Amino acid sequence: MVNLIWVFMFVIGIVFAIFNGTIGAVNEAIFTGAKEAVTLCIGLISILVFWLGMMKIAEDAGMLKILAKLFEPIVKKLFPEIPNEHPAMGYVLSNMIANMFGLGNAATPLGIKAMEEMKKLNNGSNEASRSMITFLAINTSSLTLIPTTVIAIRMNYNSANPTDIVGTTLLATMCSTIGAIIIDRYFHYRRSRKKDE
Amino acid sequence: MGIVSVISMWFIPVLIGLILIYGTFKKVPTYESFTEGGKEGIKIAVSIIPFLVGMLVAISVFRASGALDFLMGFIRPVLEAIGVPAEIAPLAFIRPISGTAALGLTSDLMATHGPDSFIGRLAATIQGSTDTTFYVLTVYFGAVGIKKMGDALKVGLLADLVGISAAIIVVTLVFGK
Repeated sequence: MVNLIWVFMFVIGIVFAIFNGTIGAVNEAIFTGAKEAVTLCIGLISILVFWLGMMKIAEDAGMLKILAKLFEPIVKKLFPEIPNEHPAMGYVLSNMIANMFGLGNAATPLGIKAMEEMKKLNNGSNEASRSMITFLAINTSSLTLIPTTVIAIRMNYNSANPTDIVGTTLLATMCSTIGAIIIDRYFHYRRSRKKDE
Repeated sequence: MGIVSVISMWFIPVLIGLILIYGTFKKVPTYESFTEGGKEGIKIAVSIIPFLVGMLVAISVFRASGALDFLMGFIRPVLEAIGVPAEIAPLAFIRPISGTAALGLTSDLMATHGPDSFIGRLAATIQGSTDTTFYVLTVYFGAVGIKKMGDALKVGLLADLVGISAAIIVVTLVFGK
């Protein structure tokens, strides 16, 4: 999919340039585009280093575990199929907390662990279980509390206040996560109705 | 909506303070942990260079040729009728498919319109408040060998739609046009 879109942008762009007489601008765009991308990545280093460093302290201090405990009652309601004290719950919780703090690299292995445990609960079937769908719905809706990379890009382009989008991002994230949970529930009830018929 | 700006302003400094005080209290070697975690940041930033170069060059070519403006001409009236700036459309479309491609588009929008413009802030909020649905599904289902995804893709994409709509509404309310 991405491969196709990527090629499409180049090919259409070049074909368009021929008819539009903008081939000079296209030539320039190739080099400025590449240069801008590298400058951007170098600019990202500053904030990524700082933030991941801070998060490492939080992790070592056990803050992520405390938060996981705090969220447990809510998360239990979201995953009625996971029994109490089952390891799947622990992994689901730690994955969500890691995601909240923007620790994508820490979140992914935990999420895979959670999926493995949920597969065991589903008797090893190769079909997605209800809990899995709920888990992925929440994951795809993004749980990030602080959009580090976005802040870094805003810094790069000399924003007057790079963090002023934290509040709007938080609100929008809440909407998308709540939306994901409601949509997930709706599809679940639709499935179970179908089974009953 | 002043409260949202206040939260934006205080959230990060307060969080950093909390982490440092709690870390010291728990006898974590704070400075060493910080540098250890920081190394990871360099790795991430360097590893996305090829992705961003590929995407930004493609986007630049597409825009410089005039193809982007041509395409925008078609969808602009439809989107603007419902209060959505047409410039956001490509980002909304690509966000669930590829995270780095969306990151490229977001930075391109900020370079073109300015990070503090309505479009710049909207792009930032969309980028931060949704995730790459296709990637998440591929990685998680792939890792444990799930063949039948059920409703997962539908739910994920619909949630993205909710997130993008929410971003548009929230940014319009907080920052105005």
